[in-house]
Amino acid sequence: MSKMELRLAGSGGQGVILATVILAEAAVIAGKNTAQSQSYGPEARGGSCKAEVIVSDERIGFTKVQHPSFLMALTQKSLDQYGQGLPKDCLVLADDSLTIPVCLVENRVVKLPILRTAAEKVGKAFTANIVAVAAVNRLLGLVDDEHLKEAVFMHIPKGTEAINGKALEEGFRLADSVKAE
Amino acid sequence: MAKRVLMQGNEACVEGAIAAGMRFYAGYPITPSTEIAEVSALRLPQVGGKFIQMEDELASIACAIGASATGVKAMTATSGPGFSLKQENLGYACLAEIPLVVVDVQRSGPSTGLPTSPSQGDVMMARWGTHGDHPIIVISPSSVRETYELAIRCFNLSEKYRTPVIFLMDEIVGHLREGVEIPEAGTFEIVDRPVPEHYYPKKHAYHLEEGELVPKMAPFGAGERYNVTGLLHDDTGFPTNNNKIAGDLVERLMKKIDDNYDDIVTTEEVGMEDADIALYVYGGTMRAALTAMEMARAKGFKVGIFRPVTIWPFAERELREVAKKVKRIVVAEHNYGQMLREVERVAKDDCEVRFVGKVNGTVITPEEILQKIEEA
Repeated sequence: MSKMELRLAGSGGQGVILATVILAEAAVIAGKNTAQSQSYGPEARGGSCKAEVIVSDERIGFTKVQHPSFLMALTQKSLDQYGQGLPKDCLVLADDSLTIPVCLVENRVVKLPILRTAAEKVGKAFTANIVAVAAVNRLLGLVDDEHLKEAVFMHIPKGTEAINGKALEEGFRLADSVKAE
Repeated sequence: MAKRVLMQGNEACVEGAIAAGMRFYAGYPITPSTEIAEVSALRLPQVGGKFIQMEDELASIACAIGASATGVKAMTATSGPGFSLKQENLGYACLAEIPLVVVDVQRSGPSTGLPTSPSQGDVMMARWGTHGDHPIIVISPSSVRETYELAIRCFNLSEKYRTPVIFLMDEIVGHLREGVEIPEAGTFEIVDRPVPEHYYPKKHAYHLEEGELVPKMAPFGAGERYNVTGLLHDDTGFPTNNNKIAGDLVERLMKKIDDNYDDIVTTEEVGMEDADIALYVYGGTMRAALTAMEMARAKGFKVGIFRPVTIWPFAERELREVAKKVKRIVVAEHNYGQMLREVERVAKDDCEVRFVGKVNGTVITPEEILQKIEEA
């Protein structure tokens, strides 16, 4: 891996910004260069939200994603919007509740039940972003699992270690189900 | 060993400020500067400092000025709309010679504009926003690591010259997170304001020894009372209508910055050794320039970057050298050409000047800069 450009999108309140912060934190722990940024509207919740993280072995100039190598979308609106104009080699991860738009016909698209897994298997819908970072990291091989775990535990409230640990395991399991296919 | 951590630009601003000795922050939160208030509220009590959220931006800067007058290093932070409101008291601090760091994390304007979008539209307001001829130092960072270092530099210059320093950040760097190595305490030189030997001065409050441009500053309230005013004053600090004294005061205020150009103005050059095209950028726009330079060099163009780190006073001497060396300067900035005219003033007789500007709330991309490099 020399440079990966990741874009994560969803609705404000789903934790996609925190997901990119955790991935960036994990990259720092792993000794890589990283740049994390976000764009969002004035509304904190409910508005559309896009966050980006670049992970690279080289020095990073431009801090925004130019040629996405990966897109994750958790809502239909964000998938339809950010799915436009992607390079054909950009891997797309969509929640399995979403309909894949025509523009992604040439891309590799992986559908995983991220939101449902968080709500039903982990038992807390708010852990969806942690399920997601585990799945993303396992799919892309960004950093060692231990680095990711360390990063997750740096960014969650005290007392939620057990539930977030479970979310991580479920996220890894989801990605493994794809890899095994 | 320096520890490498993930840090946001706004957070690095606070950490740098604390390392420089900032122990007082007064502010009124506004996107995209809010994290500076949040982190200050968290961190200052941990180091024995004070944080206060005031009722508005005017009160915030007034509060910081008051704190600094008593001898405490103070900061306030805001964004464009709030920076407009701070202008009156900024002038007061210039004239009363109160050390102070004012952070403006720029966002799109005019008015309340686009709160969460990047801009560099406050460049001229930073220079001339407060009325009357006044000295100002303005510094602009281009990475999270540099934000930490330059926050320290802002305090050092502010203390050394008893003048407000504006830390002109932008949303690109303020909201960016990068891995940074935070140096151990003691790595950086920390400058404190000149203080008189005795707080009960026989001399007057603004007394200057022969050859001095910066009067020593007794912490207000610690010794003899003295007057602080926004009116032109004599060396007792009391207002005067004497035109000779008034003229001398304004001239000294300008001279204390102008005469120390070499100490205050810093610039960065990247790839300028063999360049015949120079990119003129500052702040967060540097990041697009770095990638544009790489892309252009891969296509055979000899491109370098000239970046003023201190953007006011204008890095005129260094730019003049660049203009003599290259055939074209491409100015890229997130505004309608505020620095472009300054660059043209200095460079247009020696080389051509092209412009990439953006005011729609999106960032200038490397491709947009590359286009101005490639066009005939």
